[in-house]
Amino acid sequence: MDAHIQIKNLNAYYDDIQALKDVNIELPRKQITVIMGPSGCGKTTLLKTFNRFLELTDKTSITGEVLIDGQNIYERDIDVTEVRKRVGLLAQRPFPLPMSIYENVAYGMHIHRMKNNRNEYRKAVRHYLEVAGLYDEVKTRLTNPATSLSIGQQQRLCLARGLAVEPEIILGDEPTSALDPVSSQHIEGRLLGLKEQYTIVIVTHTLRQAKRLADYVIYMYMGEVVESGPAKEVFNNPKQERTRAYLEGQF
Amino acid sequence: MKKHWHRRHIIEAFVKAVMIFSFIIVAGSLGLILWTVISRGLPALTWSMVSQTPKGGFYLGKEGGILNAIIGSLYLAGGGTLIALLFSLPIALYLETYLGDSRRGQYVRLALDILWGIPSIVYGAFGFIVMLAFGLRASLLGGIIALALIELPIMTRAMDEVIRRMPADLEQAALALGSTRLEIATRVVTRQMLPGIVTAILLAFGRGIGDAAAVLFTAGYTDRIPASILQPAASLPLAVFFQLGMPYPEVQKRAYASALILTIIVLAISLGSRWIAGRLSKYVMK
Repeated sequence: MDAHIQIKNLNAYYDDIQALKDVNIELPRKQITVIMGPSGCGKTTLLKTFNRFLELTDKTSITGEVLIDGQNIYERDIDVTEVRKRVGLLAQRPFPLPMSIYENVAYGMHIHRMKNNRNEYRKAVRHYLEVAGLYDEVKTRLTNPATSLSIGQQQRLCLARGLAVEPEIILGDEPTSALDPVSSQHIEGRLLGLKEQYTIVIVTHTLRQAKRLADYVIYMYMGEVVESGPAKEVFNNPKQERTRAYLEGQF
Repeated sequence: MKKHWHRRHIIEAFVKAVMIFSFIIVAGSLGLILWTVISRGLPALTWSMVSQTPKGGFYLGKEGGILNAIIGSLYLAGGGTLIALLFSLPIALYLETYLGDSRRGQYVRLALDILWGIPSIVYGAFGFIVMLAFGLRASLLGGIIALALIELPIMTRAMDEVIRRMPADLEQAALALGSTRLEIATRVVTRQMLPGIVTAILLAFGRGIGDAAAVLFTAGYTDRIPASILQPAASLPLAVFFQLGMPYPEVQKRAYASALILTIIVLAISLGSRWIAGRLSKYVMK
């Protein structure tokens, strides 16, 4: 397997509670990996270690390694803003920046100085809004506040905003849980389209969504990775009894 | 479904009556103040009042105006607000970004709250002693510094509250794009806070321009418009005070006209700030 993210001996703690126990897994490049498991099993905690978001919570600590393309992102001389530029995040609830629709997409490119002139920015904003499937709905009102959009549109705006900084990896922390069914479908469709170019990691608690999206599956329980592997294998022929129980709806 | 007068309905009606009564007292006081100032001040409010400085015998009822006090007050409050802003915005951002709710943050907030509560005459006296120590005389500069000291805690705490109300998700959203803390502070937090910050600035300006005690010793009073920051400066509150103290009805009427001018300035500023804040809050995340 061509692993994009490798996790070695990872342990994570909230104060003195261990949230991740000796995690050793690899996530394939340019595929959708779905992390699933019952609530409180450590799915989101694991996801937050990929863009160094766990350290934003007080009293958390981590041991072990998270390697992206072989580089441990927890090493001392790593620029955390660079990590977060390479690893985009689609949060549970869309949270636009307090700016216009246009500026929301341009913001990330501005801070990383990714374009040379206004025209390039304008083209890029349009491009990423199109990729997120939002452009046609907002093209006549790019200067309107982002808050004027519906929740579903806001989540697609957040996707466009994240893609605009040209990440290699997209993390999704239950990215459709706050959305209505139609908007959820829209986001799922976009993610399926994006896996050609990006490594995508999604946390979900709905099994059906996992089955729709996953190429590769990680099943977690009580802070441990119980089983991981290609979606077909895990869904059709789970090796572990605990995975089978989860898939059969015993949780 | 007929309505019966249960205990809870009676309680609701009573509480509602109390609230309406309180509102009438507040609105009535405002109305009464405005009525007093307008009815007494308007007849004496002439063009020369706002376009001339006091001529000889002005305080005996002769010709002239209070342009010296209008300009002086705008200089004093404007300068004080500017200096207070230069310090309070960084303090408020530092409080939020680095200290948060830590023990040190709490101490800083406590200190600011105490400063907020100190009477302005104390600031005036303090400023006066400092000026004596430096061998300065009553001047525009002294007044500006005294007002800046008064405005600083008001502005900082008002901004601090605005910043503290910032949704945590917003910071995370910006961090997820690879922003540094400074970029978040200057590009995101400030945008979110701008309406609140504008309100904080104008709140402080309003306090500064209306203060008489702090400028009494520090800025002094003069009939001329200050040509440099080392010259004394007049102010509207003191213009009201001095004119009201004169035994001539002519001059007392002008005191009310001066009060009217001060009220109009403050009113214009607060209405203007509401308008600006309304326009800016278009983009703000709720």
